[in-house]
Amino acid sequence: MGDPKDFTASMDSDSRKTPIRVAFVTRRTSPHVQPQDDERVMTYPEALLRVAVAVEVLLLGLVLVSLLWDAPLEGLADPVETPNPAKAPWYFLGLQELLHYFPPVVGGVLIPTLVVLGLIVIPYFGINIEAEGFWIRNRARKLRGLAIVVAVLALSLAWFDVYAVLIPTLLIGGIMFLGAFPPPQPSALRQWLHSKPLPFWIMTWFLVVAITLTAIGTFFRGAGWAWVWPWGAQ
Amino acid sequence: MAKLLDEFAELRNSRVWRSMFRGGTGDSNLRRSLTVQQNVFLHLASVKIRRRALEVGVTWYLGTLSLGCFLILVVTGILLMLYYHPSVPQAYADMKDLQFVVSAGVFLRNLHRWSAHAMVLLVFAHMFKVFYRGAYRPPREFNWVIGVVLLMVTLFLSYTGYLLPWDQLAFWAITVGSNILSAVPLLGAKLRFLILGGHTVNANALLRFYVLHCVILPLIAVVFLAVHFWRIRKDGGLHTGLHIGEKTDG
Repeated sequence: MGDPKDFTASMDSDSRKTPIRVAFVTRRTSPHVQPQDDERVMTYPEALLRVAVAVEVLLLGLVLVSLLWDAPLEGLADPVETPNPAKAPWYFLGLQELLHYFPPVVGGVLIPTLVVLGLIVIPYFGINIEAEGFWIRNRARKLRGLAIVVAVLALSLAWFDVYAVLIPTLLIGGIMFLGAFPPPQPSALRQWLHSKPLPFWIMTWFLVVAITLTAIGTFFRGAGWAWVWPWGAQ
Repeated sequence: MAKLLDEFAELRNSRVWRSMFRGGTGDSNLRRSLTVQQNVFLHLASVKIRRRALEVGVTWYLGTLSLGCFLILVVTGILLMLYYHPSVPQAYADMKDLQFVVSAGVFLRNLHRWSAHAMVLLVFAHMFKVFYRGAYRPPREFNWVIGVVLLMVTLFLSYTGYLLPWDQLAFWAITVGSNILSAVPLLGAKLRFLILGGHTVNANALLRFYVLHCVILPLIAVVFLAVHFWRIRKDGGLHTGLHIGEKTDG
């Protein structure tokens, strides 16, 4: 701090010119001000116009798709003739793929319930709020912890032959390890990996697993839920 | 163009317009505020918004686009209801009528179905985008929970609609799905009976899914959507702050 008399005391009624709060900064701390992007514009017309344009573009796109491709319609429902495979809508095919590996009470009830509960409680856990880079503190302890978690998860998935989840798990785990050590030469990617918190990794793992399972269920499953190649001979 | 705008301004200044929309015209920010504040639908939103929240890169407009899909689905859905009977096997015959008898019937069904798929995709994308932006953090935690509820409602809406064409695809997809319910410990068989109105997917199931799809679930969706939007305003507007994993001191 410079000259302690480097200010003048005054009173003013204009709140935009005169600060309302006064901060006394002692010698040991520095006044770090978080930059704020608080510039505000009118909702009407600025936001509403953009919303209208976005919805118009969406409508145009969907109209175009609807003109080019017809919605599927098969024969009249017949409870006697079971198609093989009988598939759920695409957004449930990840679930159906899980049912292939696990008994129904695990794949169809336990796992979906845990996923929904897991999503609901996200904002109520401190770890998701602070969201500090995973490797920033206690690296040695976390390396051991991560190795154990990945190993246990991988072994149990391999035990049940769930390769569709095993491979993404190893992939995400491997990328996490990559972020643990500072790179030999500065690398933006490694820096980025280093800064990511645990919730980021869990959610990314969930996202990659969900996409993998859905894609397998949609494109790679044929009669009897056997593996087929989408480009393979009929 | 200028003349047209003048005439529009004159229209908005007329007694009839003002009696309908309560606000008048004018370029002042007060008038712009009143346009939002005095409208029963728009007043869910705040009068002002952070400029950064309007950038495409911040939200990708995924929430807006999800709402857009919902609106398209309501309009096309009501039109489809005019041609649809929730009975076996008339429901399937109605699909054929849409195909061969109703003008633009195929287009109507296409638009409804593709918008439904788009909505499921967009709602999922919206959820992940909100997560990676860190926008679920306090004070917005409960709006995240409402969002999870809306995701579930979206999935159930799409799933109940899947049965309505009453073709092989519909019948067996719902059979596969409802069999999962049987795996619920203790209550499984009862739950399945409650949803289907029988032990198999039959005419009762079609009627139940129809009522769920056209009345119950849309009403639930509208109520939660209203709370979802209103909470954006109450929780301090769209989140434009730090992403997850970004350090505050940088």
